[in-house]
Order: sequence, then C-alpha cells, then structure tokens
Amino acid sequence: MKHHRIAFLVMVAVFVLAPLAMYPVFLMKVMCFALFACAFNLLIGYGGLLSFGHAMFLGTAGYASAHSAKLWGFAPEFAILFGTAAAALLGIATGLIAIRRQGIYFAMITLALAQMIFFFYLQAKFTGGEDGIQAVPRGRLFGLVDLSNIWAMYATVFAVFVGGFLIIYRVIHSPFGQVLQAIRENEARATSLGYDTARYKLLAYVLSATLAGLAGATKAIVFQLASLTDVHWSMSGEVVLMTLLGGLGTVFGPVVGALAVVSMENYLAQLGAWVTVVQGVIFVICVLAFRRGIIGELARLIKKPL
Amino acid sequence: MPEIFGIPTAALFGQLLIGLINGSFYALLSLGLAVIFGLLNIINFTHGAQYMLGAFTAYLLLNKLGIGYWPSLLIAPVVVGITGVIIERFMLKHLYKLDHLYGLLLTFGLALIIQGVFRNEYGSSGQPYPIPEQLSGGHNLGFMFLPNYRAWVIVASLVVCFATWFAIEKTKLGSYLRAATENPALVQAFGINVPRMITITYGFGVGLAAFAGVMAGPIYQVSPQMGADLIIVVFAVVVIGGMGSIMGSIVTGFGLGVIEGFTKVFYPEASNTVIFIIMAIVLMIKPAGLFGQR
Repeated sequence: MKHHRIAFLVMVAVFVLAPLAMYPVFLMKVMCFALFACAFNLLIGYGGLLSFGHAMFLGTAGYASAHSAKLWGFAPEFAILFGTAAAALLGIATGLIAIRRQGIYFAMITLALAQMIFFFYLQAKFTGGEDGIQAVPRGRLFGLVDLSNIWAMYATVFAVFVGGFLIIYRVIHSPFGQVLQAIRENEARATSLGYDTARYKLLAYVLSATLAGLAGATKAIVFQLASLTDVHWSMSGEVVLMTLLGGLGTVFGPVVGALAVVSMENYLAQLGAWVTVVQGVIFVICVLAFRRGIIGELARLIKKPL
Repeated sequence: MPEIFGIPTAALFGQLLIGLINGSFYALLSLGLAVIFGLLNIINFTHGAQYMLGAFTAYLLLNKLGIGYWPSLLIAPVVVGITGVIIERFMLKHLYKLDHLYGLLLTFGLALIIQGVFRNEYGSSGQPYPIPEQLSGGHNLGFMFLPNYRAWVIVASLVVCFATWFAIEKTKLGSYLRAATENPALVQAFGINVPRMITITYGFGVGLAAFAGVMAGPIYQVSPQMGADLIIVVFAVVVIGGMGSIMGSIVTGFGLGVIEGFTKVFYPEASNTVIFIIMAIVLMIKPAGLFGQR
C-alpha cells in the first residue's frame, strides 16, 4: 500500500505545516471533525450501515469529558478517556437495539435513538440545558504540559487525530475489516460462511461510536465547551455530509470532507441559515452526480484506492 | 372535581385530546411515508419539510391572495403534490437502481434546502394562522371542553386515513399499486404504466403531508422548523408499526399519540422521549414492528 503511505505522509505534512498559514483553532476543529467523520465512515463505508445518529456519541463524550474535567477536576487525558468510555457504553446500549434492523430502518432507528438522547440532555441538570457546560479547564496533560498553550493543545489534538486515524486504518485492513466488507456486500453469504454477522456489526458499531467519542471528548477540551449543538440531529447530518463529500468507503475521504465542510461553515457563517441551504445543495449534487466523492474521484483518476 | 388515579379527569381528557390531535398528524404522516416506501423503496426525509410547505402554502394563500382555510385545504396539497411530482421526475427517478440509502440522503438534502430557504425568509418564530370561523368556539361536554377545530382535525384525519386505506386495499387502482409494490416488472408487463404510477404515488404521499400541514397551521402556528423534529418522531412511529400495512400505520399513529398524551399527565419528564423508548422496546421484542411482515 505504497500510495496509502504517501497520502498519509501528505496529510501529516499538511496538518504540521498548515498552522503557518491558518488559525490553529480552526485546524483543531477540522481535526476533531475529521476523526469524527473517519469513525463514521468505518461504519457506513466498510460496514454498509448508515447511522443517522452519530451526534449522540460526539455529544455524549463531550458532556462526559467536560463534566469530569470541570466538576471532578480530571486531568485532560483522563477526561478524554472518560468521555470516550461513555460513548463506548452508549454505543453498546444503542448498538444492541439498532443492529436488529438493516438498511433504511437502521438509519431511522439510530436517528430516533439520538433524538431520545438529545431530549435527555436537554432536560438533564448536569448538561446545563441550552447553555451547555462552559469554561471547561484544559488542565495539564499528564500533569506536565499546560494545554492552555495553543501549541501544546495543537500537538495533543494532532496526536489524538493521527492515533485515531491509524486505529481506523488498521481495523479496515485487518481480517475483521475484510469480514465487515464481506457482510456489506452480501450478508447472507457471510452468514453461510459461518460468520456471526450480528456480532461483527455490533463490534463495528461500538468501535465507530468509541472513536466518534474520542473526537467529541477532545473537542470539548479544545473548545472548553460541551453543548446541545453536538448532540442535535443536524450534527448527525453534517458528519454524513462530510463523509459523502469526501468519499464514502475511502480512507482519506472523510478527512478531506471534514476540511471542506468546516471551511465552508467558517466562510459562510455570516450568511446564517444559508449554510443549511448550501449543505442541502451539496447533498443533492453528491447523491445525483458525485457519489464517489472528492477522494473517490481522485482514486479513480489514479486508478488506485485511497 | 372527579379524579382517576389521583389525576383530575379534566386534565386526563385534555391530554387525551392533545394525544389524539398529535396522533392524527403521526397517522397522516406515517401513512404517506408507508405508501411512498411501498412503491419507491425510499424513505422520504423531505416529508417533514413538505408538511411545513403545506402549512406555509395555506399561510401565503391567506395573506397574499386572501384565500381562506377551506380552499387551502384542497389547493395546498395539490400545489405541494405537484412539487413532489417534479422532485420525483427530476431527481428520485435516477436513484431507484441504487442503494436505498441514497434516496434517504437526497431527500434529507432537499429538506435542508427547503427549511433553510423558509428560515431565511420568515425567521425561526411561528406565524399565527387563524382558526376558520365556522369552527371557532367549542362544546362543553360536561367532563371537558372540546374546541370545535380540534374535533374537526381528528375527524378529518380519520376520514382521510380510512379513505386512503380503502383506496389502496379495496379498489382496482389500489390493487395495481399493491401488485406493483410486490413485483413492478410483472405489473409493467401487463401493460400498466408503472413509472407514472410511482410518480403519482409520490405526489399523493407528499400531498397527504401538505394536507396535515394545513390542518396543523391553526393549532401549532406556521414555522419553518415545524416539520423538522416531527419527522423524527414519525420515523420512530413507522419503525414501531412496521411499514407493511396501511392500517398498521393508522393504528400505531393514533395509539402512540394517545400514549404520549397520557405520559404528559403521569410522568411529564418522559413525554418527549416515550415514543423512542417504546421503539427500543418493540425492537427488542419484535424487530419487524407491530404490524411488519418481515
């Protein structure tokens, strides 16, 4: 997989050099969403399961990480771990319910479960309702590195993103990933070969939830905020958009998609609700004429999977 | 004041009424979703936006052209139905051979566009739509006060639901429709224009959503986001009922509306989530849904 190695090095170089030209806070946002989208892509791109409720993992991990860092004084590494674990638990609970149906029903069920979680957080005391959890302390990483320094924070987010990305890459190219793709292509055949497809799907779902949680927990520490925005269904739609635009089932697509969508939101922010309209238009164009996405088209040009 | 389980009966019947009203909308919307899904194999995410479009069409007809509630009840579904036909002809048509998920993604995008455009134009707040004169006021039934308009909504949606059920289950046209749902190629071989039937079905399903929207105007106000959260609840209703049967959609819609209403009385904190919790329980016990075939 030589071209994968090259593409990976290009991606690393971009995120190492980009702070020279762009705001580090913007880039950290991109990296958090890129990890989120990669985690989502693991499920849809390789497992063929479209989750329309992935915001619940991003948001849950954000709340858990923010709450533990602010009220219990957890160090940032433990806050992030705690948030990730919370998302993993939620992944197990919702996964057991959602994998009972496939295809279109799976999407509707995950959406409905995420909406239930949204209403729970809307009413729960510890989330601070509409205000969210604000002024979350960034703290000192391993008791040594002060994360209020922007470059220390940047390096941490970079490490989390690259680590998460490599885990996902490893999973996709493992025997487990191969079985998952076999289930996506033909579940009945995978069953007849003796694979317990429900367990594979559940594991993929929980892995995806956990890594989405890692992104959400990190994001809460970076922005020192956990709010309802991250649990809302529009966030679930956004991660679908990022992955679709970048390229479903490609390794690097979600990263490019996240960069594109986050940039668009930044530049169009003053246009208010037009952002939603633009997102909708991108959805329609992608589905009708651009189903491979940016990286998918690029891969077709160079005739190698990316 | 008379009480049941320590709750005043007036409050109980009040919530029953609200439950039946919400149930009317769940039933109308899930019915449209089920009809569309049956033939197109697409989950119409735009359904909530089209419900909102129905309400806004009525609102604009009233404020720009002075056309009142009763004509709107017919005009709005036709207008929105025609936009549905256009969407089907120019967009959805190209997706039937692909994975069903693309239909969901396309209609989700369309919903974002429609809701975004209206939010730019009218903001997030609701616009009032007056109750038609003939239905203002209400009756005191002794145990509760029944506003006429609400009674009308329940009756009208029941009538429309059963008319749809009758048309699909008992008429010749309906039998073609059911046959095309089972095996479109075979029905086409018998000389029936299946693509046109698909277009008309989508237009009809969308028209049902718009009809619900017009009826909702005087109750919930007309706002760009009125369908956004509702459609998610309706998805849960559809999962609970299973999309196999028309009658199933109607019964589940009304039933869940009533359960939600009673939850507001007995345990208000859960009233937003009760339908989702029921969905989770149903999935554990009977994954195909209460009326589902598979």
